[in-house]
Amino acid sequence: MGERVQKTEQDVQSAGKKPVATRDAYGEALIELGRKRNNLVVLDADLSGSTKTGKFAKSFPERFFNLGVSEQDLIGTASGLSLTGKLPFASTFAVFETGRAWEQIRQTVCYPNLNVKLVATHSGITVGEDGASHQAIEDVALMRVLPNMTVIVPADGNETRQVIHTIADYYGPVYVRLGRAKVPPVMPDDYEFRIGKAYTFYIGKDANIVAMGIMVAKALEAAKLLKDDGIDTGVINMSTVKPLDTDTLLKAARKCGLLFTAEEHSIIGGLGSAVCEFLSEEHPARVIRIGIKDDFGCSGKSEELLKLYGLTTENIVKTVQEALRQ
Amino acid sequence: MKTDIETVDMHLLEDKARSLRIEILKMLTEAGSGHTGGSLSAADIVTALYFYKMRYNPKDPKWRERDRFILSKGHAAPVLYAALALSGYFDKQLLKTLRKLGSPLQGHPCSRKLSGIEISTGSLGQGLSVANGIAMGLKIDGSSSRVYCLLGDGEIQEGQVWEAAMTAAHYRLDNLCAIIDNNGLQIDGHCCDVMHIEPIVNKWEAFGWHVIDINGHDMKAIVDALNKAETVKERPTMIVARTIKGKGVSFFEGKVEYHGLAPTHEELEMALKELAK
Repeated sequence: MGERVQKTEQDVQSAGKKPVATRDAYGEALIELGRKRNNLVVLDADLSGSTKTGKFAKSFPERFFNLGVSEQDLIGTASGLSLTGKLPFASTFAVFETGRAWEQIRQTVCYPNLNVKLVATHSGITVGEDGASHQAIEDVALMRVLPNMTVIVPADGNETRQVIHTIADYYGPVYVRLGRAKVPPVMPDDYEFRIGKAYTFYIGKDANIVAMGIMVAKALEAAKLLKDDGIDTGVINMSTVKPLDTDTLLKAARKCGLLFTAEEHSIIGGLGSAVCEFLSEEHPARVIRIGIKDDFGCSGKSEELLKLYGLTTENIVKTVQEALRQ
Repeated sequence: MKTDIETVDMHLLEDKARSLRIEILKMLTEAGSGHTGGSLSAADIVTALYFYKMRYNPKDPKWRERDRFILSKGHAAPVLYAALALSGYFDKQLLKTLRKLGSPLQGHPCSRKLSGIEISTGSLGQGLSVANGIAMGLKIDGSSSRVYCLLGDGEIQEGQVWEAAMTAAHYRLDNLCAIIDNNGLQIDGHCCDVMHIEPIVNKWEAFGWHVIDINGHDMKAIVDALNKAETVKERPTMIVARTIKGKGVSFFEGKVEYHGLAPTHEELEMALKELAK
């Protein structure tokens, strides 16, 4: 992490803590990275306006490749570029990148362990009006199962920027999950992202919430409300879902045997599953998964959808209270 | 390995192709499983690439100036392994370990286990996209290296192949030459019965490629086509090589069942006799 980058992040932070979409932070970070690294190439599949790679395309047209509407070819082409020493970032919507091109990622990125970065936007139900066809709620599960793959879900703009710079310095396949909607800044000014290191806001005595992505902000609000209610609740931002920060999980589970996971993703195969897989073997604890319960999304405003699927501060509070009453 | 066309002794290349076929049959028999027909049909093409056209250094497999070869039809791994062994990437003895536990010679090529393999293949339809990416990267670098990609004919039924076909033409990848091993057979039968692929030449032309239609067992035709491809500018070249599945062994030729069957020891003996003639 260069000093210049740190400064930029602080500038952004001090500029008034405005909500920013993680995809916008990605677009900015790519331009910074493009200036720093001659070998950076960016690929997209006809969604460069939405994924924000279009900004890089304008600044570095000779290092940008639009593959058109062809996600499978997008992945293979990125693999080929990495074989010539380039650092490819390939972007499109999460559902197409991880779903349509899953086997391409398996065969030509993970199996040969190539240095390809997959940064997908429009994950989860907060895609909104476009509906279920465009709302990836399975992507973390699909990427997590692949050997050699690292899976990162940043919580805000600051963290996204750091993630993009950090993975550029790391060799190997990485999947980064970004969103369409604006999210409030949640990470502290002096926060430094490291792959595989969760950020602990606080460890609670009564309950701990392990969250990723947009659910970190909601978990923090919920913890505040629960504290007012006399329930000491901790919050952990598990932004690297793979490899999981098992030390941090153990600390939380040892302090209190009741954990909650919060994710804008199916409760099958995502963060909740990852936490359960680890704890059930290493330190059995009660884990309640808050997420989408084996269902598809639908059209609506993102706030409406979050409410419909229970991905709200209120529902986290209710779920914790109910669990403690049992 | 570059040579002037005038000095190329076709007989030497044909002998080399025969050696490749012998090694293919031996390693498959030893392995007891694997893809015989499609390895034999590609033997002349792969010989022309490795023993005439391509630039590489077996002592330095990652040499920056090398030409790249992608075996998109990864099930023909034996023909590639034979070429790598005979060109000095590894000892010929290693061929006996094909498909066995712990061997770098996996059933389908694995780039992490064997140097000389540019990328792991085996899942059909993906190699051309990778070849495109390499060609783009080489162009950014201003490299004079060329990229060769060998596809099966059944393989072009995969949709991704046509995505990649568009990409190569769109980005004017004239440092790329693809070859289709058009042996007319796939696992379930004749391509024309399973899923029509003709007219292959017109399809690739329509996608913006320079297409050369040749007999894929005529060594001079292969050599000429590879040389011609190098002179074509602003467009990728596709060599449609009309081949015979199982070529070189009379009782394997044109037999669909030998797509995925290895020779028995008796068949090997008879085959080696034929190839010795």
